[in-house]
Amino acid sequence: MILDYVGVKEINGSLIVLDHVDNASFEEMVDIRLDDGTYRHGRIVQIDGDRVVVQVFEGTRSISLDNTRTRLKAHPMELALSPEIMGRVFSGAGRPIDGLGEVYPEKMANVNGTPMNPVSRVYPRNYINTGISTIDTLMTLIRGQKLPIFSGSGMKHNELAVQIVRQAKIADEGGDNKFGIVFAAMGVKNDVADYFRRSFDQSGVLSRVVMFLNLANDPIIERILTPKCALTAAEYLAFECNMHVLVIMTDMTSYAEALREFSSSKGEIPGRKGFPGYLYSDLAALYERAGMIKDSKGSVTQIPILTMPNDDITHPVPDLTGYITEGQIVLDRQLEGSGYYPPVSVLPSLSRLMKDGIGEGYTRADHQPLANQLFASYARVQDARSLASVIGEEELSPVDKKYMEFGKLFEQYFVNQGYHENRTIEQSLDLGWKLLSTLPRAELDRVDDALLDKYYIEDKDSLNFNTFSTDADTGDSSDDDV
Amino acid sequence: MTANDVIFGINGPVVTVKNTRSFSMMEMVYVGAARLVGEIIGINDKLTTVQVYEETTGLKPGDPIYGTGAPMNVLLGPGIIDNIFDGIERPLKAIEKESGCFISRGSAVSPLSLEKEWDVTVKVKTGDVLDSGMIYATCPETAIIEHRFLVPPGVSGRVKSVKPNGKYKLMDAIVVLEDERGEEVPLTLCQKWPIRNARPCRNRLPATVPLITGQRVIDTMFPVSKGGTAAIPGGFGTGKTMTQHQLAKWCDADIIVYVGCGERGNEMSQVLDEFSELIDPKSGRPMTDRTVLIANTSNMPVAAREASIYTGLTLAEYYRDMGYHVAIMADSTSRWAEALREISGRLEEMPAEEGFPAYLPSRLSEFYERAGRVDTLCGAEGSVTIIGAVSPQGSDFSEPVTQNTKRFTRCFWALDKSLAYARHYPAINWMNSYSEYFTDLDPWFRENLGEDFIRYRNRVTTILHEESALMEIVKLIGSDVLPDDQKLVIETAKAIRVGFLQQNAFHADDTFVPLEKQKLMMKAILHLYAKARTIIAAAIPISQIMELGLFERLAKMKYDIPNSKPEMFDELIADMDRALDTLTA
Repeated sequence: MILDYVGVKEINGSLIVLDHVDNASFEEMVDIRLDDGTYRHGRIVQIDGDRVVVQVFEGTRSISLDNTRTRLKAHPMELALSPEIMGRVFSGAGRPIDGLGEVYPEKMANVNGTPMNPVSRVYPRNYINTGISTIDTLMTLIRGQKLPIFSGSGMKHNELAVQIVRQAKIADEGGDNKFGIVFAAMGVKNDVADYFRRSFDQSGVLSRVVMFLNLANDPIIERILTPKCALTAAEYLAFECNMHVLVIMTDMTSYAEALREFSSSKGEIPGRKGFPGYLYSDLAALYERAGMIKDSKGSVTQIPILTMPNDDITHPVPDLTGYITEGQIVLDRQLEGSGYYPPVSVLPSLSRLMKDGIGEGYTRADHQPLANQLFASYARVQDARSLASVIGEEELSPVDKKYMEFGKLFEQYFVNQGYHENRTIEQSLDLGWKLLSTLPRAELDRVDDALLDKYYIEDKDSLNFNTFSTDADTGDSSDDDV
Repeated sequence: MTANDVIFGINGPVVTVKNTRSFSMMEMVYVGAARLVGEIIGINDKLTTVQVYEETTGLKPGDPIYGTGAPMNVLLGPGIIDNIFDGIERPLKAIEKESGCFISRGSAVSPLSLEKEWDVTVKVKTGDVLDSGMIYATCPETAIIEHRFLVPPGVSGRVKSVKPNGKYKLMDAIVVLEDERGEEVPLTLCQKWPIRNARPCRNRLPATVPLITGQRVIDTMFPVSKGGTAAIPGGFGTGKTMTQHQLAKWCDADIIVYVGCGERGNEMSQVLDEFSELIDPKSGRPMTDRTVLIANTSNMPVAAREASIYTGLTLAEYYRDMGYHVAIMADSTSRWAEALREISGRLEEMPAEEGFPAYLPSRLSEFYERAGRVDTLCGAEGSVTIIGAVSPQGSDFSEPVTQNTKRFTRCFWALDKSLAYARHYPAINWMNSYSEYFTDLDPWFRENLGEDFIRYRNRVTTILHEESALMEIVKLIGSDVLPDDQKLVIETAKAIRVGFLQQNAFHADDTFVPLEKQKLMMKAILHLYAKARTIIAAAIPISQIMELGLFERLAKMKYDIPNSKPEMFDELIADMDRALDTLTA
C-alpha cells in the first residue's frame, strides 16, 4: 500500500518536517506533490520516531503547511546509469536537462557510493602528460590521483583545467582504454559552464563528456548532490566500462558553502567559520572516490577546482582539501598580474604521488633530482627577493644576483607558457636544466655530480631562451577567455 | 538480547533507542537487520544513544538492536601480523574476498582466520601454576615473529590438562586451567580485550633506551626513547606521512603497528605495496613480516575512525606483553580528534575550543599514557612507543589538538612549511622542535657512542642557534657586511643543514644512517669549522677557504661515503687538513 502524507508540520529553510510517518528509512527519497500539480523531490535526513525531517532539493518556496502530498519512494537516492550517459547533460540531482529524455538504465546506483577497500586499491603510478612544464616537471599528475587547483576569483583556473583536459587527451590516444570526462559544476556562473562546454566542443571531446550542472542560481540542496552524482557516474564509467575518467569539479567552495547553509538550517553545531564539524569527512567521502582498483582497468582521476576566499589558503575549505587530496596546484595572483599563464605558484604546489610515477621507465632518470633542485633554487630566489626589497638589488651579493636572474628567467620561460603550447616532458626537463645552468655549479647541491656532468651546461653563451618562444600561441588564447 | 530494543531516531551515524534498560555504557551492539556494528555512547532513563560504525542509510525506526553484553573489543591471537584491518579489526583482505573491491555493510568476517593451523609448541605441563600474563605456548607467526600465547589478564590457576605439541586452530583449547574456585578455564589460541582499557603490566621502566630510527635529525638532535611518545605536527604537504613511513621502515622496534586514521586510501595501498617489497635489513625478510596495518581511510565511517586508534594500541600492547618492542604510528591523530568532534556535535554536546569537545585533552592524555617501556607480566621487557602525526588546521600550531598533544608528548618534531617548500626533508624545524629525553638517554649515548657524540651534538645545536640569530641580521642588511668569523658560522650551519639534517629517503645509503656514521659526519663538519676558525683568526679571508670547495664536499659526504665504510671519514678529514694547510703554508 502506498501512503501519501498530507501536509507538513514545520518548514525551515530547505527542510520540511512531517509527523506520524511510518516505515521511513534513513536517507530515503520522497516525492512531494504540490496542489498545483508540480513535483518536488526530497530526501530524509533525520528521523526521531515518527517525526521525519526531509530536505527538499528544489527549495520550499510556496510550500505551505497543507498544500502538499508526500510519498515515500522506499529507496535511497539513486542515479540511472548506462554507457549512454556519455555526451549527456544532467541537473545537479542527476535528472537529464538536455531535452533528450530519460536515460534507459542498465543499473541504478546509490549516489553515496561505498568506500573502496584499501586492500583492493592499485597504487597509482602512470603519469599523465599534461604538456604544461610546471605541472609535468614539478607536480606530476598521476592517473588515479586527486589533484585540486587552488585558485582565487578571477584567476585562470578554468583555462588551466581545459588545457589539461585537452592535452592529457592527446597523450592518452595511444592507449587502448577509452577516455572520458565527467564535469560537475557547482554554483558556477552560466558563462563558466558555457565556456567549458564550448572548450570541450572545440577540442572534440564533447561526445565523451558527462555534465552535471548546478549553476549559481540553482537550488543549493541539489548542489550538495552534484558531486555525488558526478562521482557515481565516474565510478560506473571507470570500473564497469573500463574507461579512464577525468573528473573536473568546480567550484568546491560553493559546494562547502551549500553544505554550511544546509547544516545551519538543520540547527547543527557549527565548527570553524560556521562550517559543519563533519566537513572533513564529507569532503573526504568525495575526494576518496578517486583511484584505481584491482578488478578493473579503468581509473578515476579528479581535478577539483576551488576558489580560496580572499586568497586565503588556511580557509577551512582549501585547508581540509589539502589534507585529503594528494597534493595541490596553487595559483598565484601576483604571477597572474605579471601576465604569466598558467600562474602556478611553484613552491606551495605539490604532487604526493609523483615520486613513484616518474624517473627511469616513466619519464627520465634525472626527473626527481632536477625537480628537487628547481624547488630548492626557486625557494632561494624568494630569500634573495625579500633581501632585495630591503637593501635594494644593487647591494646583493653576486650569488644572490644570480638567483634574482634565475628567478626571472624561471617565471618567464618555465612557468609561463602558451594556452595552446604542448611541451613534451623532454622539452620541459631540458628547459629546467638550462635554467639551472644559469646558476653557479657549486650552488646545485641537490643533484649528484654524475647528473651535473651530463646535463649542466658550462658554456653560458649557449643559454639562449628565446628558442622557447611563448608568443606563438598567446594571441588566440584571449578568444577563449571567459 | 531480544529484538525488544528498537531504533527510535537516526541522525547520521548516531542512532537512538527509547525506554530501554538493557544496555551498558560502551557496550558493543549490532544495529538493524544487516547487523551493523555500533557502540553505546550515552544512556539516560529515556534515551540510549548508539554510535554506528557503518553507513546508516536505509535504517528505519523499529529496526532491532542487539546487545552483546561486552564492551567494544578486539580478538587477539596469531594472524594479526602481516594483516590489514579496518578501525574495528575487520580483516580487509578477507572482506575483499567476500564483497569485492568496495566495502559492503555488516560484513561478519572473523578478524583472524579460524581455519588456519598454527604450529604450536606448549611450554607448560600438568600441575604448573600459571598467573595472568604468563606464556603457556608459542608458535611461529611469521618468519621472524614468534607468537607467545599469554594467560589472559585476570585468569590464573593450576594446569589441569595439556595438549601435545602440534597443529591447532584458533579456537582449539590447548591448556585447561583449574582456577582457585575449582572451575575449569580453557585457554585457546586467542583472547579478547576491550580496546579502551590499557592492558596491565608489572611495572613501568624508565625511558633509558633510544628508539634508533636512522634519521639523523631525530636520532641525534631530537631522540625518542623506546616506550616514549612523540608528536609530528605539520600542515599539509610538509611530509608527516613520509616521516612516519621512514620511521616505520627503519626504526629498531620489533613490530610496527601503522594506523592510517582518516587518511588517504592511496597512501595505504602505497604502504601495502612498499612494505611487501621492502626487505628489512636486520632480518632479511619483507617488512610486512613485522607490520600490522590498520586502515580506516577518510571515507570510511567516522565512528570507526575514532575507534581505530584504540584498536591499534590494543594490538600493540598485546605484542608488548609478549616481550616485544612495538612502535605505533598514528597518522593522523587530528583526524581522530575530528571524529570525536563530529560525534560530539551529533550528540549536541556543549563544545569547548574550536568546536572540539571539552574532553579532548583527557582523551589525548589517556591515549599517550598507554605508551611505555614495561616489565611485562611474563617477566620480559617490552615497550610501546607512540608516534602521532598531528595535522593542525590552517597549519596553525596554536590550535587545540596540537597544543594538547604538546602537553602529553615528550618529543615534538615540528614540521616546517618553508623547509618543505625548499624540499628540505625531513622538514623538521630544528628551532621549534624539542625532545625531553636527553637527560634520560644521554647515559646510553655516552656508553655506546662516547662522550664525543654528546659534545658534537651540543656544538651543532649551538652553531644552528647562532646562525638563526645571525640570519635576522642578514635578512636586514645582507651577508656581505658580516665579519668573517660570523660568515663562517653561516657557512658551517649551511653545511649542517644540507649535509647533515637533510636526508634523502630515496637514496639507498642515505635513507638509513647508523649512529656511528651520524657521529662521524658531525665530527667532519666540526673539524672543518674549528680548523677554519683558526685560519680566519690568522687574518686569512674566508673567501680563500670557500674556494677550496670543502663545504661542498661536506654537503655531499652523505652520498660519497657509504654506510659500510666509516674509515673513509679519516681520509676526508685528512684531505681537508691538507687543503687547509696550503692556506697557512
